[in-house]
This record gives sequence, structure tokens and C-alpha cells, in this order.
Amino acid sequence: MKQFLEGAVAIARTVALCRPGVISAYPITPQTHIVEELSSLIANGELNAEFVNVESEHSAASCVLGAVATGVRAYSSTSSQGLLLMAEVLFNIAGMRLPVVMCCVNRAVSAPLNIWNDQQDIMTVRDAGIILLFAETIQEACDLHIQAFKIAEHKEVMLPVIVNIDGYILSHGYEPVELPLQETVDKFLPPYNPAYKLDVDNPVTLGPLSGPEYYLETRYAIQQTMNNEVIKIISQVAKEFTDLFGRESYGLVESYKLDDAETVFVAMGSICGVIKEVVDELRDKGEKVGVVRIISYRPFPNETLVKLVASTKKIIVIEKAISLGSNGPLFTEISSLLYTTHNNKNKPLISGYICGLGGRDVTKEEIVSIYEESKTQSPTAKFINVKQENLGSVI
Amino acid sequence: MVDEKILFTAGHTACAGCGQSLAARLVIDASGRNTIVVTNTGCLEVFSTGYPYSSWKVPFIHSLFENAAAVASGIESALKYLRKKDSVNVIAQAGDGGFADIGFQAFSGLWERGHDVLTICYDNEAYMNTGVQRSGLTPLGSETTTSPSGTRSYGNITHKKNIVDIALAHNCVYVATASIHLPIDLQNKVKKANKLKGAKFLHIFAPCPLGWRYDPSLSIEVAKMAVETGFWPIVEYENGVLINVRKIKELKPIEEYLKLQGRFQHLFSSETGKQVIEQLKQIVENNIKKYNLIET
Repeated sequence: MKQFLEGAVAIARTVALCRPGVISAYPITPQTHIVEELSSLIANGELNAEFVNVESEHSAASCVLGAVATGVRAYSSTSSQGLLLMAEVLFNIAGMRLPVVMCCVNRAVSAPLNIWNDQQDIMTVRDAGIILLFAETIQEACDLHIQAFKIAEHKEVMLPVIVNIDGYILSHGYEPVELPLQETVDKFLPPYNPAYKLDVDNPVTLGPLSGPEYYLETRYAIQQTMNNEVIKIISQVAKEFTDLFGRESYGLVESYKLDDAETVFVAMGSICGVIKEVVDELRDKGEKVGVVRIISYRPFPNETLVKLVASTKKIIVIEKAISLGSNGPLFTEISSLLYTTHNNKNKPLISGYICGLGGRDVTKEEIVSIYEESKTQSPTAKFINVKQENLGSVI
Repeated sequence: MVDEKILFTAGHTACAGCGQSLAARLVIDASGRNTIVVTNTGCLEVFSTGYPYSSWKVPFIHSLFENAAAVASGIESALKYLRKKDSVNVIAQAGDGGFADIGFQAFSGLWERGHDVLTICYDNEAYMNTGVQRSGLTPLGSETTTSPSGTRSYGNITHKKNIVDIALAHNCVYVATASIHLPIDLQNKVKKANKLKGAKFLHIFAPCPLGWRYDPSLSIEVAKMAVETGFWPIVEYENGVLINVRKIKELKPIEEYLKLQGRFQHLFSSETGKQVIEQLKQIVENNIKKYNLIET
């Protein structure tokens, strides 16, 4: 039965169904509703877990690190500055191969202080060894959380997962959501039972010093796991999810109206909903367009993407992040992929557009005009909807 | 041969005369097998866990420089969730920089939340692992690589932060100081702290021959002199009440402590230095009054 729920509440109730033993978080907008709901579930006896109200996000990430190292499933969520404060710990969690699951409610990064949505925050930790998934809808955000625990804790993976949801749009928006039954989640997600943990009956040393003779292999091992096991396991878990829950989950990417598409939009997160609507309207007018929605940004689905755009003439990357001084991170990813691996006979033109930073609305009309412009131009990092009147000179 | 009773084994790479390695061994041997140890980045972690070796015969985790207290909070919460906390001790430990500077917020958080964890500061009064830079626990006048003495400097210009009083202000159930030259006292305090439920704090004086510039054979002597000059009071609080003070039979002048160490030598050769020594004497006076240190 579908319930009309706020995104954050739906996510919190889904997380509760995954039976975490320890939850730790620090307040930051727009993530707060998730942990408020989790606290409330614990306070009312609906969830048996320890909630640790820590004094910073650095400690929130460290607290779940400790809990998972002790063999207990743990969860945290954050946004923006909170994620940046966690960054040091997140690299550490990945390096220690601890399957922490978190939600990043994506928000702009200060300065100037801005609490609204874009995806610049998560890009700061894209190189950490964390599996990064992006949801388009509230339902998908919930579904990805359940899968995230299974992927992270898979014995061939043992890496953290961050489920990314667009701040406000998905965290504070309301949507009819299907929350699964506890017994179905239990069937899908077995209890966490790691090969090694902090246990007085079987003492191990975790987090040792490692010199030049060992460090490099720790990074090689994560890279191998990401590009081989994780790529396979994300798809496999999505299929298992679809079979058991009866609701489609797409795995690494979702392809939308790609058959015969000559122009393909590539994007991540909730903006894909807008782009799909535009694609529907363009299709009605006879335009050959489609969408590739990246769900797994890390690991990046190289092989799948190359196949999906094998006969595409034009790729338009639309993203809510910018690597200042370069291009949008997703644009860079796609262009590097196609330059290095794509069949030379079909090298599509790639345009990069930056939009929606700091919560600026992105309209269907803007997507349409990007499409029209792409027929004659291929910019690499063009900001859309820049208000010239806001660019006054400094006196 | 490895002695089964020893939980912190030989073969680590600490310097000769290292006060911290001795203290860490005394702590874990007193705490026993049913202990999980969390250690901040610093000398102790570096010299005891160089992969693929480890000196720890108990579960040990090191994460970062400043998060042992938060990691320990997570471990303690996980043990509570598993209903195993009553049978397992958790120790969160760090050097003075990792404890009182960069890691202090996390320790304050742990204390305030009252996690059932024994927190330990091994105090060698500077950042030794990175090459003897000053910390918030470096005493006034001490020379370090970032508080050198010179024509315009008498060494460290700040007083040592009083973390015993700060721990008491957090209502920790147990707060005590200890020193490596009093091993039985130190181990008794660890055992007592572990028996009490809640946040506990043990501040251990751990001389460092390299950073303090004295002969490695003198570590115990240096520690002893710090206590006998009234510079490092040995005290014990339970639930905020001072229950024990180690009395000094014959108070020694502070100079006897300072002269043992290279880091204070410059104080004896300038007028400013002599004024600093007067200020250090004032600290001793304050300690004597505050704790009634002298045996009568």
C-alpha cells in the first residue's frame, strides 16, 4: 500500500526496516528530518537501535566507523558542510573496508552560505573509495537504501555506500511511496556478519600503520573491487531487488527512450525527471532523443555507458556541480571515457551544461533551449540561467 | 617466548626509555583481555602497529588523529546494542596533542554523553611523533621545535591546559592522574576505573627522552621528580569528589626537575628565564594549596 510521505520520513522508515544497531548524526539542513524520524522511531520503541547524538559530523562518521568495526550495522546522514567535515573520516572508512551506509542530502557548499540543493558537496569525496549512488525519486531513494546495505556488506565488496538525494526536492518533497514489509526486507538483507571485527575472543588490529611496501596494494585492491565486483554486484542486487519487491530497480544506469536516439542527455538525480518530460515532448515532435541516468557515479559504469551510446551522435551532460577551473565532473568523466575507450568510428559530440547551483530552479524551457543549442554548439561547461544583473562589478 | 599474561608485546619500535610505551603496557595489562582499545594517531599507534606486525593482543583500532573518542563512542554503543558492554572494557587513548588539542572536542563529547569508556591521555607535553612541536599541554617555558628559545623567546609562552579540571566539569565518574614511576598505583586506577560505569579519565605522565632531551635511562627518575617537586600532582576523584592525593614527604625544588631536561636548560641562563622559573614555582605553590600535597 502506498503512503503519501515526505522523502526524509520515507527514507528513515526504510532505514529502520534495514535494522541498523547504531545511528549517529549531527544536525544539518536539509538532512535533519531523516535522523529526527529515526530518533522518533527509537523513542517509540519501533526501532531497536542506539542513537548517538554526537558533537560534530566528524564524530558522527567516526562513531558509525566504530560501530561497524564492532560488527554492528550502522547508519548516518549529512549534507554539504557536514559532508566536508566528514571527508577525512570517509576516506578512512573506505580504506578500512568498513561497509558504512549513509545518505547525503545534496546541498550547495559555502561560501556564500546556501542551504539549497546542488551536487557540489558529494563531488569533494568522489575519490575516497565510496560507492556513490544517486536517486531520482523518493521511492528510488528508499529502494537504494535497502540495496546499499546489501552492496556495502557483500563479502566481495566491503566498502561504504552513500545514497545521494537532492536536498529539499527529495528530502522535503512528498510522494506516494511504497514501503516494503519487514519480512521482505529481512529476506533480502541478512544480518551483518563480517569476516573480521573488534572481538575480544578473536583480537585483531584494525587501522595499522602501513609503509610504502604495502600502501599501494590497498588502493589497487579498492580499485579492483570497484571496477569488477561492485559493478557486477550493483546490477545483481538491483535484479534481486526487482524480483523480490516487484518494483524495478535499474542498477548502474537507467536508459530512457534510447532506441534510435541520436541525442542523449546524461544526468544524475532528480533533474532527470524534468529531462524525461522534455524528452517525451521532443519525441512527440519527432526528435530522436533519450536519457541516460547515471545511478552509480562510483564506480562509474564505463562499459555499460559505452554500449548505451554506441550509435549516439550527440551527448548533452547536464549537471548540478562544477569543478571550478575545469568542467562539470560528470562531463569530464564522460568525455574521458569516450575519448579513451569509444570506437573511433563513432565519437559523439559532447556538450556540458552546469545548472541549478545553490538551488536555482531548472525549468523544462531551459532544457529545451539546451537541446536546440546543442544542434549547432558544443560548450564544455556552460552555465545556464546566469543573471547578468547579479554580476555587478566590485566597487 | 611470548608471555600469555602480557597483552602489549615486545618487538615494537618505540625509542629506548619511552614513557608512553611503558604506560600503555601497564594500562592494557591491568585492563585485561576483555578490552577493546582505540588509539588516536601518534607515537603509540605508529610504534606498535607497523603492518604486518602488531604489539596488541587485544582488539585494537586506530582510525585518525582526532577521533578515538568518537570511534570509541560507536564501539561502546555497538556493544550496548549487542548487550555485551558489561563484559567488555573500552579504552580510548591518545597523546597530549591528540587528546587535548585536535581530539578534545570528541573527548568532550564522549564525556558529556557519559559513554562507559576509560579515556586516557598519555602526556609527554608536545607532539613527539611529528618532531617535538608544542601542544596545549606543553608547560610554560618548555623548548619545542615550534616554541624554541631565542633572543626574543623564552620557549613556550602558554600555560598547560588543565584537563583534569575540564574532565571534572564534565561530571566524569572517575578522574585521576598517574605516573609511570608508580606502576601499581597506575594499574589500580585502571582497574578501579573499569569497574565504574560511565566516562572515566586517566591522565598519565609519560616522559619522552627524545623530546625532553635527557638520557633514556632517566625516564623513571624524571617522572619521579615531576611528582616530588609538586609539578605533577597524583590525585584521584570519584564522582567529582577528591578521594586520594599522593602526599609529598620532602618537597624538592622545581630546579631539580628542570635541570634534568634539555628542554628547560635555557631558562637558567637569562633573566627572563629565571622569571619563568618563578612562574613555574607559582604553579607548584598552587598545586600544593589546591591538593594539600605536603605530608604533615
